[in-house]
Formats: sequence, C-alpha cells, structure tokens
Amino acid sequence: MTNVLVCIKRVPDLGGEIQLTADSMAVDDSGLGHTVSPHEEAAVELAISIARDTGGEATVLTLGSDDAVEQLRNALALGCTAALRIDADAAAFGPADVARAIAETVREQEAAGTTYELVLVGSDASDTGDFQVGIRLAYLLDRPVVAGISTISVQADTVVARGSAPDGGAEVFELPLPAVVTVMEGGVEPRYPSIPGRMKAKKVPVQEGTPSFEPVGNGRLGLRLPEPAPSQVTILGNGADAAPAVVDLMEKLGVTR
Amino acid sequence: MTTLVLVETDADGVVEVSRETLTFARGLGDDVAALVCGDGPSGLVDQLGAYGVSSVLHADGDAFTSYCAAAWAAAVVSAAGDASVVMAAGTPRGMEVLAHVACRLDATMAANVVEISRDGSALVVARQVLGGSAMEDLRLDGPVAVMTVAGHACEATPAEVNTSPVVEPLDVPVSAQDLRARVVRTEAGEPDESGSLKSARVVVGAGRGAGSADGFKDLLELTELLDNAALGVSRVVTSLGWRPHHEQVGQTGSRVAPELYVAAGISGAIQHWSGMSSSKIILAINTDADAPMVTKAHYAVIGDLHEVVPAINEELRRRR
Repeated sequence: MTNVLVCIKRVPDLGGEIQLTADSMAVDDSGLGHTVSPHEEAAVELAISIARDTGGEATVLTLGSDDAVEQLRNALALGCTAALRIDADAAAFGPADVARAIAETVREQEAAGTTYELVLVGSDASDTGDFQVGIRLAYLLDRPVVAGISTISVQADTVVARGSAPDGGAEVFELPLPAVVTVMEGGVEPRYPSIPGRMKAKKVPVQEGTPSFEPVGNGRLGLRLPEPAPSQVTILGNGADAAPAVVDLMEKLGVTR
Repeated sequence: MTTLVLVETDADGVVEVSRETLTFARGLGDDVAALVCGDGPSGLVDQLGAYGVSSVLHADGDAFTSYCAAAWAAAVVSAAGDASVVMAAGTPRGMEVLAHVACRLDATMAANVVEISRDGSALVVARQVLGGSAMEDLRLDGPVAVMTVAGHACEATPAEVNTSPVVEPLDVPVSAQDLRARVVRTEAGEPDESGSLKSARVVVGAGRGAGSADGFKDLLELTELLDNAALGVSRVVTSLGWRPHHEQVGQTGSRVAPELYVAAGISGAIQHWSGMSSSKIILAINTDADAPMVTKAHYAVIGDLHEVVPAINEELRRRR
C-alpha cells in the first residue's frame, strides 16, 4: 500500500498574450481561467494510478488562496481521495518557502498518523519555472529524490522511475521509499473526470493549515515582457485560392522536393 | 573571484549548451573554472581551453560511473571552493544537479538565466519565466549564487585567447545516502522519436483545427511533398490523444527552429509559441484572421486547413 501526496499549483491559463499588473510584479490574471502545469497533470495521473494499484490513497496538496480549491476539486474529481490546502499568498512564497511549507505539512500529517511514502511534484510550475521545489522538499524530509521522471511503478519498498536520458534514450532509477519524485509530462495520458467523480469531489472536505513562518520570497524585482513586435504579416490569400501563392513561397524558400 | 561551470559532455566533447554557458560565464569577467563528472572524451581539455577556462576539475570514480544527481552535486560543492557563482546549462541535468547544490550550499537558485550583472556585492539576473514569454528580474544576495543558463542565452563563442588549463582530480566525499537515487540501467530510445522533428527544415504544425485524430492525413501528405519535413502538434492535440506526445511542440514539448513553420489550425497560445517562435519563417493557416498566430506570423492564409492544405498539396504535385 503506497500513500501518495501530489503537489499542484494554481496558475493562469495563458492564451496568446500576457498582461502584467500595473506594478509589473505579477501577471494580470483577471479575466483569465486557471489551471495547473501539464507536468502536474501528469503527476496527478501517476499519483492516482499508483494509489489504486497498491491499495493506497492519493492526496492532493496546494499552497495558495481559497481560489486554489478549484484546482484541488479537479484533482479530487479525477480520483484523488483527500485534499490539503496550505493557506498562503503563493506569490509571496519563493521556491524554498514552498518546499518548507510542504515539508511542515508532511510532518504534521505524519504526526497525526498519515504517512506519504511517495511525494510527487511537477518538474516546474508553468509560471515561475523554478525547477527546485521537489528537490528542496526531499532535502528537508531527508528522502531520496529524482527529477524529470515520466513513468513510475512501485514494487514493494522501491519506486522504479523512468525518465529521458540526454542521448534520447531512457534512464531508470530505483529509489527506496519513502521518496520524492518530480514529474515531467509525456509518459502518461491524464484521465478525464467522470460525472460521478465530479459529484463525489464536491463532498470531500479540504483540510486547511497555515505555515508557521514568514516567507523569504524569491528576490523578484519585477517582470518584463518583450517589446511586442508590430504585426508584419503578409496575407497570401483566402481558402484554397491561396495555394499557388503558398507554393511560390515554398519554392522561394527552397523547401519543396 | 571565480565562476564555476558544471560542464556536460557527450562523445564529441562539451555539449553546445555547456559551451553557451561557458561563454555566458566569461561575460561576468571573473576566472572560469569547469567541472567535469565521470569519463570525459579525449580532447575535452583543449576544448575547454578554447573557451578560456582557467582550470578543469575532474570528479571520477565509482560514484560517477552512472548518473547520480546527488553525487554530481557533492562534486560541485567540492569544486566550488570560494567561487561566487555556480552555473550549469539549463538542461534537465543542469537543473537537477544545481537544485541539489542550492540545498547543500543553502543558496538561492535561479533557473533559466539570460542576463547577469553585478550590483555591489549582489548579482542581478534576468531569467525566463512563463515558458520564455516573460523575464523576471531577480536579486541574488548571499556569498554564492547558483543558476542555470537558458539555452540560446548567448551564442557559444570561443575565447579570444586560448588557455592551457591544468586538470585537477577532485576528491569527492559521496555518501551512501547520496547514492540512493542513481541510474541503475539505461535503455536505448526508440531511434530518437522527436529527433526528426528537431532537425526538420520544415515543420508542419497542427492544432485543434485538425478536428479529430483522422484530420491529419493531408498534413502528413504535405510533409511528404516537402524536403525534410515533419509533423509537429500543439498540446491540445496530444491531450486529446489524436497524436503521440513525441510530436508535441511547445513549452512542455520539443523546441524547434525550422526554416519554415506551417502553423495549421493553431491559435498561437503561449504554450505552443514558446516551442516554435524561433522559426525563420512562420506561415499561419487559420480561419480567424485575429488569432495571435496569424498576427505574429510572417505569412498567413485565412481559411480552413482542410480546404487550404489539400489545395497546397495539389499545387505541389502539379508543379513537379
């Protein structure tokens, strides 16, 4: 039986353009939907399948405001069976702070009788792209960790983790449990929520806690966007009639056979 | 002061992104030391000398015969000495090892840095966030700054003056705990599935506009009619299971820079744009003339890809 904790972060679902807040300290997400990073979607999928295969539980955790309950409910609808929210302003928490707050929660849960043999996080959040929370968490919990993993199986007290090697092949790691693994998308197809899953998810209580410390932050001075280049598009035509102009272009570029 | 660069190698020597990182490190004006873990190919020291490295530290032995991030991190810490900056390329390995290093040195780590300058004793860096579509300015205080350098942050350029670095073998204390997570076996990939995509002269990209798993026939035919062309798809296409993940182009897929990128039925969300914005010429085919992909493209055809692409194929066949 392997209990899995999977950590997710609510991030804006960016379309084609990014707007910053007036002070340039954050992305203006008003009017945007929210989601989690593709790596975290893969981590949720792995957490649910490992928990089901081993008869354990998959618990989903986030650090964020009350809004982030939306992302917890989505993970519950997919098959996670418990949810934890660390109530904090995610923007004020740097990656070391986030790892510290998660480690604190893991220890509190352990003290209360719930252990997570496996903790999964995404390789990096799609907004801040820090690439370090999982590894920092492993150091705080004194657990082995491996990063950038696409498939995982648990065999007795060992987690077998497979990721891409620099030469394009695969690398296999075997870690003794308890362990931390950071996940990259591509190895598993995230499942879709079922209607009964969504109904059930509404009833699962979200357990809430607060960090015991003030965050250090990450030293952000501000965000910058590249100068938007003025559109220089040449319209070659409409519909099928444009084909000769397209092929002229392809011939000019020398890419036809 | 010294900047330490963790260098990755392959059979040909220092990999391109590590050469970029060495070039980037030189820009700071301090001595650059290079660390190599495990067996290095012959000629490596000369290559490092060409990039102006003042010394080469080499970690070798049982702990380095197969990849183990914690052992590599132990080597970085041993090699760091009084270095004020520790860098690696922003590869999966670079990210993983330096995150371990940041924990061991109780330092902050900045991922995907593209600019660096000094402000008194602190470093100010700019790094890519939001899939490379925005930059974050960041102040790094503390005695040592740990960072990975984003691919293409600068062009790999040999130093003006060659050096003849001395190789110093490193004695790295690696504990049994460090070795808890290491590669136990490697598997040859399917003959690098995304390789043809990354080296293609033309990428025919397709998005939601393909409509279904059966909607790629004409697009695949177009790749056959062009020279060295491959199909690339947006994330929605792989999420819906229409095409395999190794064809995905974007923030969490392959990054491509072909001579021509044909974006068919792709709106141009940042997730996708991050992976193909370096293409030399972008041709958008879209029903929506206001789609971001259309306004950012060099050329566009306004129309349904299922009408436009067969007509292009027909015209290509006709002109043969």
